Amino acid sequence: MQRRELLQLGVALGTVVTVPAVRATSSEMQDAIRGYANGASVKPGKVKLDVPPLVENGNAVPITVSVDSPMSATEHVTGIAVFNDRNPQRDVVRFTLGPRSGKALVSTRIRLATSQQLVAVARMSDGSYWSHSVDVLVTLAACLE
Amino acid sequence: MPTPHSDNMARTLLTVPTTAKRGEVIELRTLIAHIMETGFRPDANGQVKPRDLINRFSCRFNGELVCSAELYPAVAANPYFSFTMLATESGTLSFNWEGDNGFSQSESAVLTVT
Repeated sequence: MQRRELLQLGVALGTVVTVPAVRATSSEMQDAIRGYANGASVKPGKVKLDVPPLVENGNAVPITVSVDSPMSATEHVTGIAVFNDRNPQRDVVRFTLGPRSGKALVSTRIRLATSQQLVAVARMSDGSYWSHSVDVLVTLAACLE
Repeated sequence: MPTPHSDNMARTLLTVPTTAKRGEVIELRTLIAHIMETGFRPDANGQVKPRDLINRFSCRFNGELVCSAELYPAVAANPYFSFTMLATESGTLSFNWEGDNGFSQSESAVLTVT
């Protein structure tokens, strides 16, 4: 069904119809991710970004990123970066890992200025990039600006 | 005149095991007291407070990189990190934080692998 038809249907029924827009990653964040990936394609998968879906206090939001990788000398994660959509800056944190890490598993606490999308990107030793994005709802924002 | 932070070290908290079995993957956790002023916030007079951030953190084992991080203003005050390390031999873990206004601090911990 076309969006127009759906809206007309809504009007016809005397109700307000809101069409949930598919939340596209903001172009600014896409640019930041592209910069991290050096132009290589970033595929969804392998990465798991754990963040509470509902955040009461944006000043310290716990996040954990894990990546499916054997972390061997020949096949490991070399980096993990986290990007955000609506803070003053797109970058959150960039980790560098290696075979010594044993596991690709990092946690930290971050600030979120408002409800937004977070994306974790992993860089593998074979030069591929993988990502996972999560939408977060923030009820009390961090004092970022 | 002392440069900021040079006269009083920031408090740190390391949660690391002292012993591990060979081949074990251990969890390392670090916390450091730091304001992480973003450089975006105005003070009571409407003036933007100058940026004061920790920019880099690294953990090395006998000199080899375990995990490092570049920190941006979105990292919460009192930066906390948890990560893992493969224990293969005994040695020294060194932790280093560097930031604005010449901030630099190091800590170390000894790990015995059996």
